[in-house]
Amino acid sequence: MQIDIVSLITIFILAVFVGNEIINKVPPTLHTPLMSGSNAISGIAIVGAILAILADAGDASKYIGLAALICATINVVGGFLVTDRMLKMFKKK
Amino acid sequence: MTEMPQMVAIFNGLGGAASAFVASSEFLSSPNSPFIIVCLSVFIGSLTFTGSFVAFGKLQGFISGRAVTFKGQQAINAVIALLSVSLILAPGLFFDSSMYSGYLNAFFVIIVLALILGVGLTIPIGGADMPVVISLLNSYSGIAAAATGFLISNNALIISGSLVGASGLILTNIMCKGMNRSLANVIFGAVGAESEGGSSDGKEMNIKSYSTTEAAMILDAAEKIIIVPGYGLAVAQAQHVAREVAESLEAMGKTVLYAIHPVAGRMPGHMNVLLAEANVSYDVLKDLDEINPEFEDCDVALILGANDVVNPAARHDQSSPIYGMPILNVDKSRTVIINKRSMNPGFAGVQNELFGYDNSIMVFGDAKDMLNDLLKEVKEL
Repeated sequence: MQIDIVSLITIFILAVFVGNEIINKVPPTLHTPLMSGSNAISGIAIVGAILAILADAGDASKYIGLAALICATINVVGGFLVTDRMLKMFKKK
Repeated sequence: MTEMPQMVAIFNGLGGAASAFVASSEFLSSPNSPFIIVCLSVFIGSLTFTGSFVAFGKLQGFISGRAVTFKGQQAINAVIALLSVSLILAPGLFFDSSMYSGYLNAFFVIIVLALILGVGLTIPIGGADMPVVISLLNSYSGIAAAATGFLISNNALIISGSLVGASGLILTNIMCKGMNRSLANVIFGAVGAESEGGSSDGKEMNIKSYSTTEAAMILDAAEKIIIVPGYGLAVAQAQHVAREVAESLEAMGKTVLYAIHPVAGRMPGHMNVLLAEANVSYDVLKDLDEINPEFEDCDVALILGANDVVNPAARHDQSSPIYGMPILNVDKSRTVIINKRSMNPGFAGVQNELFGYDNSIMVFGDAKDMLNDLLKEVKEL
């Protein structure tokens, strides 16, 4: 953990830059799908939830992990479905 | 599609909750995890959770869309925030790792404080500012995910989380610019709570109310028409019939464009989605900078349920709460037809002086009913 923290911060900062670059290039027309898409991405906590459930730990933290898994799954699936529905409307006819 | 912002708000709240849960689970299973990071993730996650649900309630109409304020609200929020920060920092200074129960107590108090703060911060924000709040909360849920990523040393979470965090902040910033207000002003300003009253309040306005038949005749004489859709159109689900009206006008050889204000609707780009749903080709959708010069030689500006974004007071009336906000210069066109359900002011709570202008005429009624009538009239021309 101690050795990792510097590289984790580096990754964090680089990702902020990448995010900044990508999002600034999205035209305003697509801002709503962009928002619901990025919202779905924040459901990435699903990875953490799975790790928490798999971890060799007490019952309490497993149940909390399960709650996390449920929330994150709704977030990811719902978010991407909504985004997909919106993007379909923007398809060229 | 009109309910899209609500959906996003709910999903977002669950995303925040998920991050908070993961961090809690990690903290309970390995008490040695860095307390500050645990708390950061749990705090932001919980705040996002309740904040998003309040935003959802406001958009859905469960909670009053008006800004809910009371005396000392800011002070209470500030105290809660300060208390949380000190609780996050203090245990690291005063406890050592043997005092796990102390950490645990602080941890639970922080969750409760964050849940309260989420409500406290969102409830005073008026309905018109909801797009900003939703995109800000979206950014928070990203930050919460990134914090969780630090906690469990997971790159996927850090990268996705910071990406979402950055995108949310950028969108928030774009919308704040669209309203010419700072983020702090949106969060603490509580516009719409009290009516500060622009100068137009006192003046008698000469409102000319026309029928759809007369409106159709004006449209018949026009060459170039710009449609300005607002939230009224979205609420009435009138985007399809608006497109039909535009198509029959185009069939008569007229030019029809759409002017989309950056904060039209309840989400960034919300109006574009609604019009795309109605099969409006997106090369006739023009944004603020593109369309404003076009109003000069425009015959008719047809305003459908928009209000604050076309209020000329934003250009000249310094006492108006919306002064300085970039607006669509509809008053520059030869005739302005305004469709509204009533004379009620928009979300900013200010009366629109545009309605009393010499070149403005009002057609009252629900956007969908009015457009259906208009469609019939136009087809009979």
